[in-house]
Amino acid sequence: MVYAVIAAGGVGTRMGSSEKPKQYLKINDKPIIVHTVEKFFVNDSFKRIIVLCPDQWINYTRDIFAKYLPQSERVNVIKGGDTRNETIMRAIDFIEENDGLDDGTVIVTHDAVRPFVTARIIDENIEAAIKYGATDTVVPATDTIVESADKKTISNIPDRSKLYQGQTPQSFKAKLLKQLYYSLTEDEKNILTDACKIFSMKGHEVYLVDGEVHNIKITYPYDLRVAKALLDEEII
Amino acid sequence: MLNTVYRLTQPRKIEIAFKEIDIFSSDVIVRPTYLSICNADQRYYQGTRDPKILSEKLPMALIHEGIGKVVYSPDGAFKPGEQVVMIPNIPVESDEIIAENYLRSSKFCASGYDGFMQEYVQLPSDRLIRLPDGIKPEVAAFTEIVSVSVHAISRFDRFAHKRRNAVGVWGDGNLSYITCVLLKKLFPDTKIYVFGVVERKLNDFTFVDEAYLTSDIPQGLHIDHAFECVGSNGSQSAINQIIDLINPEGTISILGVSEYPVSINTRMMLEKGLRMFGSSRSGRADFEKAVEMYEKHPEIIEYFSRMVNTVKPVRTVRDIDEAFETDNRKSFGKTVMKWEK
Repeated sequence: MVYAVIAAGGVGTRMGSSEKPKQYLKINDKPIIVHTVEKFFVNDSFKRIIVLCPDQWINYTRDIFAKYLPQSERVNVIKGGDTRNETIMRAIDFIEENDGLDDGTVIVTHDAVRPFVTARIIDENIEAAIKYGATDTVVPATDTIVESADKKTISNIPDRSKLYQGQTPQSFKAKLLKQLYYSLTEDEKNILTDACKIFSMKGHEVYLVDGEVHNIKITYPYDLRVAKALLDEEII
Repeated sequence: MLNTVYRLTQPRKIEIAFKEIDIFSSDVIVRPTYLSICNADQRYYQGTRDPKILSEKLPMALIHEGIGKVVYSPDGAFKPGEQVVMIPNIPVESDEIIAENYLRSSKFCASGYDGFMQEYVQLPSDRLIRLPDGIKPEVAAFTEIVSVSVHAISRFDRFAHKRRNAVGVWGDGNLSYITCVLLKKLFPDTKIYVFGVVERKLNDFTFVDEAYLTSDIPQGLHIDHAFECVGSNGSQSAINQIIDLINPEGTISILGVSEYPVSINTRMMLEKGLRMFGSSRSGRADFEKAVEMYEKHPEIIEYFSRMVNTVKPVRTVRDIDEAFETDNRKSFGKTVMKWEK
């Protein structure tokens, strides 16, 4: 079974303020999170689409899906965790409780604020996760990445040809991910930036799926403007 | 849903655009799987159409020959995963006399409207035809051009007198090949002759009764009716040769597209009392008949599979460019994109 795990982080709570989490802002008259979930909704590989959000946004998110995706029995909105990986673990727990977990259970984890993800990226994630156990979606780095240990001077400039920018989805065999995560020490957990790192820390290969430059993450107001501009190009 | 559309913005330049799809509209959502390049697409891509037409129609997603997999069918008319052929002609009215593909109001994908080079294609359910299980997808991909031939043959059957001892097909390209295959199946008692200019290509018409070079036609050869599948600069000489060889009261079916007006020998046309009719595109009934023929005569698929020159997996815009360049270099056959974009 394959599951989509949509991480809708962000905790801004003030109604009508610019602090509202970006996934609830609208592009083309529809919340970004709905655009994102629709990409998974039309793909019949997914048994469920599990949307995880902060406690205080659960009802709001459910209301949104009731409005925009009224036939969305496959969409389950549940409470996320304190960190991204805790959020993913909650999704795995939810799957285990409802459908059971086996070696073939695959989760495709995705940012709620990446609505431009494509069918190809999703399909290749599923395929690669089944085959390799773990995948990350990346695009080649275009900017030179500079490392600074003291935040004042350059300590290293890594070879750009070996660098990629991580996007999502990141996809995994759920049972394996869970085993690896709970085998980490607290110190190890504290230095995790994402779920792929769990695999690489434990010596497992993570397969790369080609992303798309337009699979942008809408984080800043600037990104929202870019997203709207991409849609405004619609001519025909 | 934000659908990714791959549009030709200017010759040889494909750019990504996004178009909202309302997944709860009454239309079916299809994920394209195999898309076939037609000469019309190639003319847009290479920029050989009139600049005025190009500026009117671009940007536009190309491709009007293709199949896909149903991903969402709101009214349950199709099941997810079903393989379907997509009909690019979209009528907005019906007429008891005029066929859907001749109504000036009809929309046509990849001619003024976005074609199938998209992440998802949304079409009314009557614009989709279910394909038989196990059919070769790279052949089913060009069912549209098969349906164009079916359409012209059906009209020929309506218009032409019943003496059909010999029918000539002019042209040694894809449309001619398809038309010859179909004519042999639909009119088994009729002798089918093909007339072309490239011997190597004519040699592939193994199933016709005779294949002739247009420069070397035996004295005294006559035909009752003819199909012109040449087009472009060759239209004129083909049509005039048909007029010379056809028996009186014969019917000539014109299928080749020419960008320029064509001069024909009207004196002889009048003297022989000939009938000439044009056909363009096709409608649902023609697609249904094409698919029915695949099921009834599976050997057709084998003949058509010989037309598949290249199956190019497409994951990037560069792959699309390579598919079009490969197609541009071929002398015969179809370039099919295995659409994974």
